[in-house]
Amino acid sequence: MSVDTTPQAPATPSPAAANNMSRLAFRMRDYGIVAALVIIVIALSLSTDTFLTSGNLVNLLDQTAVLGLLATGATICIISGVFDLTASATLALSAIVGVQVGRVTDVYVGFAAAVLAGALLGFITGTVVVRSGVNSFVGTLATSLVYRGLAVMVTGGAIVYPLTQYAESFGVLTWPSLFGLTSATIMFVVVVAVLAVIVSRTTFGRRLYAVGGNAEAARLSGIRVGSIHVTAFMISGVCSALAGLILASRAGSAQSTMATGMELTAIAAAVVGGTSILGGEGAVWRAIVGALLLTLIGNGFNLLGWDTIYQQVLQGLLILFAVTMDRWLRKRTR
Amino acid sequence: MSTQKAPSIAVRGVGKSYSGVTVLHDIDLDIAPGEVHGLVGENGAGKSTLLKILGGAIKADAGTLSFDGEQVSIGSPRDAIGHGISLISQEGALVPALSVLDNVFLARWSHRGGLVSARADRKRLTGLLETTGFSVDPDVRVDTLPIGVQQQVEILRALARGARVIAMDEPTAVLAEHEKENLLALIRRLAASGTTIILVSHFLEEVLSVADRITVLRDGALIRTGPAAETSPRALVGHMVGREIDVLYPDPRPVPDGSPVVLAARGLRRGLVDGVDLEVRSGEILGIAGLVGSGRTETLRLLFGADRPTAGVVEVDGVALTSNTPRAAMAAGVAMVPESRKEQGLVMQRSVAENVALSSLSGRRSGPFVKRPAEKTAVGEISKSVDIRAANPESPIETLSGGNQQKALFAKWLLRDPKVLLIDEPTRGVDVAAKTQIHHLITGLAADGMAVVCVSSEIEELLALSHRVLVLRHGRPVGEYPRGTTPEVVVAAAFGDHSQGETS
Repeated sequence: MSVDTTPQAPATPSPAAANNMSRLAFRMRDYGIVAALVIIVIALSLSTDTFLTSGNLVNLLDQTAVLGLLATGATICIISGVFDLTASATLALSAIVGVQVGRVTDVYVGFAAAVLAGALLGFITGTVVVRSGVNSFVGTLATSLVYRGLAVMVTGGAIVYPLTQYAESFGVLTWPSLFGLTSATIMFVVVVAVLAVIVSRTTFGRRLYAVGGNAEAARLSGIRVGSIHVTAFMISGVCSALAGLILASRAGSAQSTMATGMELTAIAAAVVGGTSILGGEGAVWRAIVGALLLTLIGNGFNLLGWDTIYQQVLQGLLILFAVTMDRWLRKRTR
Repeated sequence: MSTQKAPSIAVRGVGKSYSGVTVLHDIDLDIAPGEVHGLVGENGAGKSTLLKILGGAIKADAGTLSFDGEQVSIGSPRDAIGHGISLISQEGALVPALSVLDNVFLARWSHRGGLVSARADRKRLTGLLETTGFSVDPDVRVDTLPIGVQQQVEILRALARGARVIAMDEPTAVLAEHEKENLLALIRRLAASGTTIILVSHFLEEVLSVADRITVLRDGALIRTGPAAETSPRALVGHMVGREIDVLYPDPRPVPDGSPVVLAARGLRRGLVDGVDLEVRSGEILGIAGLVGSGRTETLRLLFGADRPTAGVVEVDGVALTSNTPRAAMAAGVAMVPESRKEQGLVMQRSVAENVALSSLSGRRSGPFVKRPAEKTAVGEISKSVDIRAANPESPIETLSGGNQQKALFAKWLLRDPKVLLIDEPTRGVDVAAKTQIHHLITGLAADGMAVVCVSSEIEELLALSHRVLVLRHGRPVGEYPRGTTPEVVVAAAFGDHSQGETS
């Protein structure tokens, strides 16, 4: 930036020190949650022999994939200033579409159909929210009921399976792949990396943040606020569909009650990662950190042999703690 | 107006800093009962911070506060109200969906046996309306009221709470000329009846006319306190910036003969706006004057397509806009600096660079990606040319002073190289130095051939900058005045009576 030394510049007391202080506070806010993750990882590594085994780490990442995808979709929506409560219903409906299309064509065509269904459902959700002008929280809550209902209608409430001759290849996402990681993990990592680049490097990403930060300022800057929101919902829909495929591939089936309530866990993961629910701030990597943290807690309970009765309480406390810290640091830096 | 006498206030050694940056330092200040005390200073001088500390909205890091010699601790707005201090902040603190009556007695409703007694409140409100001379319908929702009336509701609330000290932060910034006069008259009456008024304002003439004593703050330090009668605007500005500066407006360069009409509007209508025609030529600055509610801002918004007109056309270079949207206006080369930076102009939590780049993203991309080096260069150059002072272009724009934010808003539009620049309140909430810079920027742009339309409630500013001033009244043009017209004439036209204008 321009180094201006005109005499008009006000003399702030010890600007260098002040700058360092506030920069440190910014760092804390930005990376505090990463520190928390690292601390838990170290603690688990020291207190158990099993945590740092490749088997457990492969397992951990595989477990994170579903929540991580959903949290990424949630984060992108939240950055743009909307909530997508249809995530888990979209997940179920697109997984069902995937299985059913797979029955009449082929497993991979089915997978493609699931992803397409996710994008289409996201488009519908987005269009409903944008056109109706209803608050996204309420609008998507209602839409998610419709999707869940459709899933019940399509399946008649029963579990749907791929044809027997396809059963094995339907499980493709559970197979080991590169570096011994599961195919699901690889897909998760690739998709999230692509989305991270889209959000942080493209003009769409810039507009996403602007719309979430101040929709009116964005509109008056020539941004089509509605289409940015619809696109965010579509991305979230695709993430849900992919998560649905992972779950279906693992279970070898799909059903209308899949992942019920998981949209809220996804939002929690996004928030734990440090994405502000007020919109205009956040990042895809934060979704992953949040999802990893929540998954690690479950993993830790298993490895330490703790009673899983307490797991939810701890997760809840963690979410509260993360949000409180975020708020506290935010207050200090402003 | 108050049941009890106002206390004498003694502030000793008060300081406040945010993450290591000192915003107030060792303030000693005495305010006598029934005094009107003016607080002036540039943006970021610490006026609002000091006011908020008194009002309990924020806590001081150091120092003490005494009332009538007794040390008090004010940790929350509730404490402050308990001590008879009411803060009327810039943003306002009304509950939009509640009625005037409910807002005035917010959390202090009369009650009988646990039930709110509206009848008792109504009676109390009538009394307050009599003393203040306001007339407000107690039953309308406050968000339907013009901003000036909303402010009256806040004052009524302060009085309803038995405030003996009322601290006002920039109360006149949002008011039209005649409303300002009314407010200043009320301040005088309140003070005469023993209420202490602490007044923060950018309008020095105003402070001088109403205050008994004036305190100047600069960079968080108290520079001087003295009787208003012994100082002048020029001396105050001198203390504020640390030296005497000329608050001189630049002269716009005359519009070249035969300069083509760039922007034209015919028969614009919507809501308040009831048939506006106008033409602006290349190199010309057209000022739009009018009272609050005259349709000034609304007209500007229609020109930009921020709202869709119900009738009328907007033409750029003789070609009608394809649709009335900001995108269509922008494509035709129109840009708008909106009225409120915070609400319509900037994305406060994003960086300076991101904000400046926002309206011209498509011009610097390869495929879907932002060309970051090109963006850095473009933002750097434009920031330099409008003189945005930010420690780091990557820091959130909300950390900048009002003046620098406003300059960033101009920069954002200048990156598009527009033919027409619409400016609503070019210098609202901007310090003196930045104000002058913005004035020079505007006349400079016009000199380079841009067509400029400017709305401002500061009539001096508008007259000084414009080649021509169009006066609106009730959404219709009622007169057009050339350069050199006196404020009195323009204000009289805005009021619709051609007797004597009542300014200054």
